[in-house]
Amino acid sequence: MIPPAHHHSDNFLRTALQATSPTKAFSYSAKTVTIPPENEDVASSFSPGRKVVSAKSPSSFPGVKASSVPASELTTVSVVNLPPGISGKCVYKLKGKLIAEKAGGASVEVQNDRPVSAKTLKEKTSKAERRALQEAQRAAKAAAKGLNLMSVLLTYGYSVYLVYFTFEQILNNFVPVDHYVFLAEGTKASSAASKVVTSANTKPSKAAKPSSQKNDGSQVAASEKKGGDRAPEKDRKKDAPHPRMQYDDKSRVEKAKKRAVVKQTEARNRVELFRHLPQYEHGTQLPDLETKFFELDPMHPAVYKVGLQYLSGDIRGGNARCIAMFQAFKEAIKDYSTPPEKTLIRDLTARISSYVSFLIECRPLSISMGNAIKFLKNRIAKLPLALSESEAKSTLMLDIDRFINEKIILSEKVIVKHAVTKIRDGDVLLTYGASSVVEMILLHAHELGKHFRVVVVDSRPKLEGQLLLRRLVRKGLSCTYTHVNAVSCIMQDVTRVFLGASSVLSNGTVYSRVGTACVAMVAHAFRVPVLVCCEAYKFHERVQLDSICFNELGNPDAISKIQGREEINYLDGLVNQENLQLLNLIYDATPSDYVSMVITDYGMIPPTSVPVIVREYRRDHLWS
Amino acid sequence: MWWRSASFILDRQQHQNGTVAPSPESFLLSSPPPMADSPLNPKSNISAYYQTRAAHHAVVTSDWLAQAQAAVGRHSDDDGSLGGDKGAAPIGGGGGGGEEGSGKAFSVIDEFNSWRKQPTLAEAVAAIRALAAVIRTSEATTMMELEIELKKASDSLKSWDTTSISLRAGCDLFMLYVTRTSALEYEDFNSAKSRLIERAEKFGEISCKARRIIAMLSQDFIFDGCTILVHGFSRVVLEVLKTAAENKKHFRSSHCFNTEGRPDRTGLRFSNELAKLDVPVKLLIDSAVAYTMDEVDMVLFGADGVVESGGIINMMGTFQIALVAHSMNKPVYVAAESYKFARHYPLDQKDMSPARRPIDFGVPIPSKVEVETLARDYTPPQYLTLLFTDLGVLTPSVISDELIQLYL
Repeated sequence: MIPPAHHHSDNFLRTALQATSPTKAFSYSAKTVTIPPENEDVASSFSPGRKVVSAKSPSSFPGVKASSVPASELTTVSVVNLPPGISGKCVYKLKGKLIAEKAGGASVEVQNDRPVSAKTLKEKTSKAERRALQEAQRAAKAAAKGLNLMSVLLTYGYSVYLVYFTFEQILNNFVPVDHYVFLAEGTKASSAASKVVTSANTKPSKAAKPSSQKNDGSQVAASEKKGGDRAPEKDRKKDAPHPRMQYDDKSRVEKAKKRAVVKQTEARNRVELFRHLPQYEHGTQLPDLETKFFELDPMHPAVYKVGLQYLSGDIRGGNARCIAMFQAFKEAIKDYSTPPEKTLIRDLTARISSYVSFLIECRPLSISMGNAIKFLKNRIAKLPLALSESEAKSTLMLDIDRFINEKIILSEKVIVKHAVTKIRDGDVLLTYGASSVVEMILLHAHELGKHFRVVVVDSRPKLEGQLLLRRLVRKGLSCTYTHVNAVSCIMQDVTRVFLGASSVLSNGTVYSRVGTACVAMVAHAFRVPVLVCCEAYKFHERVQLDSICFNELGNPDAISKIQGREEINYLDGLVNQENLQLLNLIYDATPSDYVSMVITDYGMIPPTSVPVIVREYRRDHLWS
Repeated sequence: MWWRSASFILDRQQHQNGTVAPSPESFLLSSPPPMADSPLNPKSNISAYYQTRAAHHAVVTSDWLAQAQAAVGRHSDDDGSLGGDKGAAPIGGGGGGGEEGSGKAFSVIDEFNSWRKQPTLAEAVAAIRALAAVIRTSEATTMMELEIELKKASDSLKSWDTTSISLRAGCDLFMLYVTRTSALEYEDFNSAKSRLIERAEKFGEISCKARRIIAMLSQDFIFDGCTILVHGFSRVVLEVLKTAAENKKHFRSSHCFNTEGRPDRTGLRFSNELAKLDVPVKLLIDSAVAYTMDEVDMVLFGADGVVESGGIINMMGTFQIALVAHSMNKPVYVAAESYKFARHYPLDQKDMSPARRPIDFGVPIPSKVEVETLARDYTPPQYLTLLFTDLGVLTPSVISDELIQLYL
């Protein structure tokens, strides 16, 4: 391949087993890729079909008892071929020392079937290695046999152990790295690892994080730099996301209530699993807030108005909410004047924060809004001190306009351009809910003269699909309308599923309107490709596995009553009963397995590549 | 009615075309298409990429050849390199394109075709060399002009053969390379131009080197006594197995199963090559894959193109072998050079521009029977274990990361 200009010219020499080993770049030579003879024998003694990648890491890697272990002898080991049932893409990374230690505790079978080489090598092994060997052998005796799901080739110094782990043990002991990108984060996250691995130990793993191909002048230099600017423990804590308000924590809720502008009555019967999420009696806040409209001092009227619109549900949809919020902030910045004896940067940031907390009281922020706010705050913080107040304000207002134009409006257009290429004549496209991007895609494809049919799937209680349907039918598209209950019947005819998303998280999970996961799973079962359309500014580096820990609760009355149908009154009088809990979730999380493709402003990518976009373009998005 | 002849197809074509005089391209496997003649791909329903492949790798039996020669007796003077005789294939010569360009009107497609005839040269590299020749013959005086000219050339190349993934990838890579060379802005135009040409020339060597790197990297995965199933003919896979045969003392005890690779029977040719290396080979018919899979330790494929999802586009039959291997928990490895990575994301099998290829069934097919002539299929990433590339051994999901870093 031709290395593009930003590549180092001898890039192709990077022979490291990139996906698996956290090695630094090492120069290409025959020696680095062939296994040394001892290893080879063991490799061949494997049962056929079970492949193990062993990559020698030249990086010095002191164990916990670093003094006794020769640094360069440790080898990092990764298992690549996993048994079925475990995701084949998953790569486990572990520390040599960690295994040796854990091997004692966990039920591990050590096959030391090479006594000859072990004996001959015994002279060379250091004290620590011998101890590890003994420990492992002891463990082997205790270990139950036959549970081996995965084999790990562990080269520790010169001696070679074949260690079998059960899956649980691996989960407990190792750091599952879904993707090599998150090596450093992964080690941080795993408590088991961080207990054993000292901070000195995390350093090489971080340094070894395969630095992106993009900016490697020389990879060694890059890794040194990364190791160098590793944040001290304190800063790292600061980096960690602020714990979200847990609404089942009584004392904190009380405190928050005192500060709150909006007086809300909490709903009484909340579902057990979802008590940490805020839920209020709907319809109680609005009249109260409306009366306060003129007496509210700290809030800017534009922000107040937007907050009320969120509350009443007049503005909904990720992009619409984000744009409305930014327009309100623009108004607020326009009318802003720095109070005497205060600096603009600090005071304005505080002001924006208070606006944001007001908006949160009206309705929890969406992830896209969170990203947008982060952008704005960064812009404020980065303002040069020399700027006069009016200049600073106009710069900020321009930035806001730029964000709305580039990150929302323009990127929607790009997504439409990409997505239209996947629509062929005769297709039957299914969409769920009402996504603004999907609507644009469908209309654009129609304008291009493609012949296709649309199935709009909708669900109670919001029935947003009807709005979409109305607009599509007006433009002359042939549509079918159905509810999510019938999705498994209608899916047989469908050739593509287009979905919008509130956010795409870095493990590829799509966080979207409740019901999306269901539609995606049915489509997957019917082998229909699922295309998720999402602007890149909505991507978030968080990882979420379920839709419980972070979600939003809607009005429970919306599901207990049906508007306009008085005869359905089975729940009348029961709503306030202690033993009835109503759950109206707003979002759900679709696992990445059910997503064939994410269409974003950077093109069409598999859901596994979302973290790459987040990593590479974070800077562009927020800190540019 | 067992007509095992090229002339049969020729006759049928003649019959179908009625009055149209048969051209040498109208018979199928035995002839490399006379590509240099026409600026547009004359047979849009037959993939040029697979025609070249067939010319380079397919086995052509002697009776075929004889009949083919006889059938085109009147044309035989102009195609001496007929019948996959690769030794006699015309070698385009180092600066040949440039010199020709000064003589007659330069055509990037002619240039590309002359490079393409070299059996060792990958299609992407041929495209790069052709584009380098464009730079060489260009009379542009500014970088912008040159860029526009190149863009046109690469577009015409891409539209000439829309079915070739690696051609597209090669053109894209080269365009990227030209537009992103920031150093060029500080130099004068002529030295920048010569540097571009120089680096394009290097690319051919890189492509060979890439194969070496892949072969070295993959040695860790080929253990003594293992049995490998390969499909069709792939230069990279051949290199991998060659290196394994050279390096490993005990590799001789292992087997290579080889599918036949219908319809152009590239597998036969591959087994010939392996036999030359003294590797024990067993030839399978394509339909015996599932039967043999339990004896197989790993499956090794080449690839026509590696797409953004991490899946591969390869010769027809790859997907079903991968499916069988996946269901029997055998690892599926893919050896592919990084210049085959393409920014292309098929959602399913039909989501590609169709590459057609003639199929000889040996017996006449009634006209009412439709024949599936598509030449390739798409293997989704979940059926692949690892990809051996010159960038390292990658999981399928990393392909997209590399592409994003390359193109964005």
